Amino acid sequence: MKASLGAFIAATALCATSVAYADTTLTIATVNNGDMVRMQGLTDDFTSKNPGITVKWVTLEENVLRQRVTTDIATKGGQFDILTIGTYEVPIWAKKGWLVPLDKLGSDYDVDDLMPKIRAALSVNGTLFAAPFYAESSMVMYRKDLIAKAGLTMPDSPTWDFIANAARKMTDKSAEVYGICLRGKAGWGENMAFLTAMSNSFGARWFDEKWQPQFNSPEWKKTLEFYVSLMKDAGPPGASSNGFNENLALFDAGKCGMWIDATVAASFVTNPKDSKVADQVGFALAPNTGLGKNANWLWAWSLAVPAGSQKVDAAEKFVSWATSKAYLALVASKEGWANVPPGTRTSLYQNADYLKAAPFAKMTLDSINSADPDHPTVKPVPYVGVQYAAIPEFQGIGTAVGQQFSAALSGDKSIDDALAAAQTATEREMERAGYYKK
Amino acid sequence: MARATSRTRIAVSTAAAWIVGLAIFFPILWMVLASFKTELDAFAIPPKFLFFDWTLENYGVVQKRSDYVLHAYNSIVIAGGATLIALLIAIPAAWAMAFAPTKRTRGTLLWMLSTKMMPPVGVLVPMYLFFRDVGLLDTRAGLIGVLCLGNLPIVIWMLFTYFKEVPKDILEAARMDGATLAKELIFVLAPMSVPGIASTLLLNFILAWNEAFWTLNLSSADAAPLTVFIASYSSPEGLFWAKLSAASTLAIAPILVLGWLSQRQLVRGLTFGAVK
Amino acid sequence: MATRQTQILGRSVTAPSVLLLLAWSLAPLAATIYFSFTYYNLLNPASGQFVGIDNYSYFLTDPAFLASLKNTLVLVGSVLVITVVLGTLVAVLMNQPVIGLNIVRLMVIAPFFVMPTVSALVWKNLLMHPVSGLFAWIANSLGLHPIDWFANAPMLAVILIVAWQWLPFATLILLTALQSLDGEQLEAAEMDGAGPFSTFFYITLAHLARPITVVILIETIFLLSVFAEIFVTTGGGPGLATTNIAFLIYSQALIQYDVGGASAGGIVAVILANIVATFLVRLVGKNLEA
Repeated sequence: MKASLGAFIAATALCATSVAYADTTLTIATVNNGDMVRMQGLTDDFTSKNPGITVKWVTLEENVLRQRVTTDIATKGGQFDILTIGTYEVPIWAKKGWLVPLDKLGSDYDVDDLMPKIRAALSVNGTLFAAPFYAESSMVMYRKDLIAKAGLTMPDSPTWDFIANAARKMTDKSAEVYGICLRGKAGWGENMAFLTAMSNSFGARWFDEKWQPQFNSPEWKKTLEFYVSLMKDAGPPGASSNGFNENLALFDAGKCGMWIDATVAASFVTNPKDSKVADQVGFALAPNTGLGKNANWLWAWSLAVPAGSQKVDAAEKFVSWATSKAYLALVASKEGWANVPPGTRTSLYQNADYLKAAPFAKMTLDSINSADPDHPTVKPVPYVGVQYAAIPEFQGIGTAVGQQFSAALSGDKSIDDALAAAQTATEREMERAGYYKK
Repeated sequence: MARATSRTRIAVSTAAAWIVGLAIFFPILWMVLASFKTELDAFAIPPKFLFFDWTLENYGVVQKRSDYVLHAYNSIVIAGGATLIALLIAIPAAWAMAFAPTKRTRGTLLWMLSTKMMPPVGVLVPMYLFFRDVGLLDTRAGLIGVLCLGNLPIVIWMLFTYFKEVPKDILEAARMDGATLAKELIFVLAPMSVPGIASTLLLNFILAWNEAFWTLNLSSADAAPLTVFIASYSSPEGLFWAKLSAASTLAIAPILVLGWLSQRQLVRGLTFGAVK
Repeated sequence: MATRQTQILGRSVTAPSVLLLLAWSLAPLAATIYFSFTYYNLLNPASGQFVGIDNYSYFLTDPAFLASLKNTLVLVGSVLVITVVLGTLVAVLMNQPVIGLNIVRLMVIAPFFVMPTVSALVWKNLLMHPVSGLFAWIANSLGLHPIDWFANAPMLAVILIVAWQWLPFATLILLTALQSLDGEQLEAAEMDGAGPFSTFFYITLAHLARPITVVILIETIFLLSVFAEIFVTTGGGPGLATTNIAFLIYSQALIQYDVGGASAGGIVAVILANIVATFLVRLVGKNLEA
């Protein structure tokens, strides 16, 4: 038995090594979102320009990808040469020395053309550790026909009270039209991305300067009460299990009056192939309460190279190719300007062809520019990040809190109970992680 | 049967069985139909049952985007390899437990089964470290090993319960005639156990095919089976129902066909010693 | 009784699989026990120090722990009841003279072949969705108010999905058992004037007692670690409504990346599983008697 086990291991070790030396093969882990799938389809353009490099794709849904990539980089498994990660991971991983600084992107890369907010979010002490592939903020998408029917006009920068009023007026439950669709599905990147950004506009914050959780504050209570009562009056049924996709499907099917979500959704809801309401969509900045912060977030899916990779040069070549101006032009020539990955380069928003093809471009740009990860809240905080706090513990805490808020939305829990449970769970976790002693 | 079955009875039981069968099968049918719809039609209310624009577009997209053949091949090799190796190890073990039990047989069996109840995620990190150190990450051999060991308890137990039903007298008669152990296994036991072995094989092939924890976490590109293929279609940003349905249909098609072709064998041996 | 020689032979052929299983379950188990006493977070490379029983007290005092224990039992218990009861009825039905039985059998066993992730996705979005799902449309057409499954009856929804997947398995085993039931015995009972119901209860069910215990044993093994169905549909929520032990450990391991805490949770789960296993084996003791 031992002998055969030995042979078994030897045989596989042999397989593994023989693959590695034939050629430089880059294994790229990425998310299965449309823009990345398009990049995968354009691989030939890269390999033809870089003979000797072949590319293998590992395309997975976001949650599976994140756990796969994190396990691998933390254990130094070395399975991937290029990782697709977000603005949340980049500063944390870079500080741990897990990422290679991207300083060889080539002379024509024009790093200064990257959007300043995005570049800052992907840099640590001025050094870029990941290149943005596409970036998003969040904004209001609304139905022009329904808001006209309600006798209202959407301002460019609405308040929450206006949104709530409009949502209630647009709702016609017998016709299955719901005034507003918002995320309710639990998860740090699902309902908590939205609710954290929303709470910022209500003056709330996750932690005070001493890392004490703030769910017992009146601002959080106000946020949650506003959200739950609005969704109860004007939201669709099943809201507590709706995430980005579920709401997109509802909006496309003409069942939502307004939807506040990622700016990338704009290209989906205005695409007549998928959306029944493509010609009726208007855009506005995410709402505020007059405290100086809008409820919009900032996120960029980015490409990074893990430290310890043997193929850094080839990997940087790929990263440079996929996030360059030339790549945007390549996508535009094959799929039209409306389909280029948005939000990463200033020059894109000065391109007349793009502005013409993408009616949502201006609002996307304004939204991205109005988000400020370094100063996300009204009161001071010890963390960076708008819709998250960039600390390793946030994924766990955010998801646990998200569960409580999802239960408050579905009515399983009262708002006070949900906030109390969120406070306890967060304190427990922060204490365990050693932020303070009780 | 001595008594003629009345026509009404046949009609009633036929109608009832078909209704039940269709109800159980319906979710799969609905998914297959969705795979031929456009993304908008897949979500349409009122639902479109048969009268929609049938399209192969989704299959085209899947075909263009993923290497279905590679994933399917990996699934076949991994599930098949894991099942065959498990059988090779398990047959002698189950034989010994059934025909030469010791005081500890019962305890051993019990303990084997209880290892199956351990949630795999609890040992993911130690496993990942081990796989990294021996170079088994993203290899078919590594996945075969893990799935083989994961299913071994069930395989042994199924075979054990099956072997126990083999009448002992026959074996003793063979032994009296001077049959060696090998001969006893090959000429006496094997022919009598074919249905049991066949259904064990099938059941474990299905279990290994659908295993989605280790296959997702220990493979990346080269060894990735169909479970990984599915994970690249589920829940992206944007509408994905029709495309996911097409990918799902492709992912379950081979196993469904195999299961249907072999349902007689599966049913015949699937007794777990429960039938005298 | 077996001879001494066969016993030795028996041991030597059992040895490989026992050794392999030992290696399989003991090596990771040992590693897990080791990690369960250290502070080890994947995202914190500075970790690794011995922390005694901290991880255990952390896991066991988690308010989610008791809830998930209860949810696990509810889930396993309900699915067992549904699959055994419905499985028996479907098996009895399929044991009747039916035209096209082969096709019906194909349809009945099909759910067993579907990957758990796929079936959860299909149920969640194409069937149970409160706005665009088929069930909602049916309810609306009948003038009823559609059920908001994953908000108002999340556990029931998960139970239904899992039960749908395991119904074919129960049906198949029970059907095989029914087919071996002696037809003469049934006829004799009918001759004696027993009605169909008493025949069913006193003869058919009695005959099915053993296969039913087998179904319970095998299904329990798999149901204790149900994960994909929860991950895809509810993510353990809303609140903790559908968090079972397997999902709790998952969130410890792959959302918080807390290997120490997850290891402690894994050990707790193993202990619980062994308690359940002992019970079960009492139940099916006869089958395991050598």
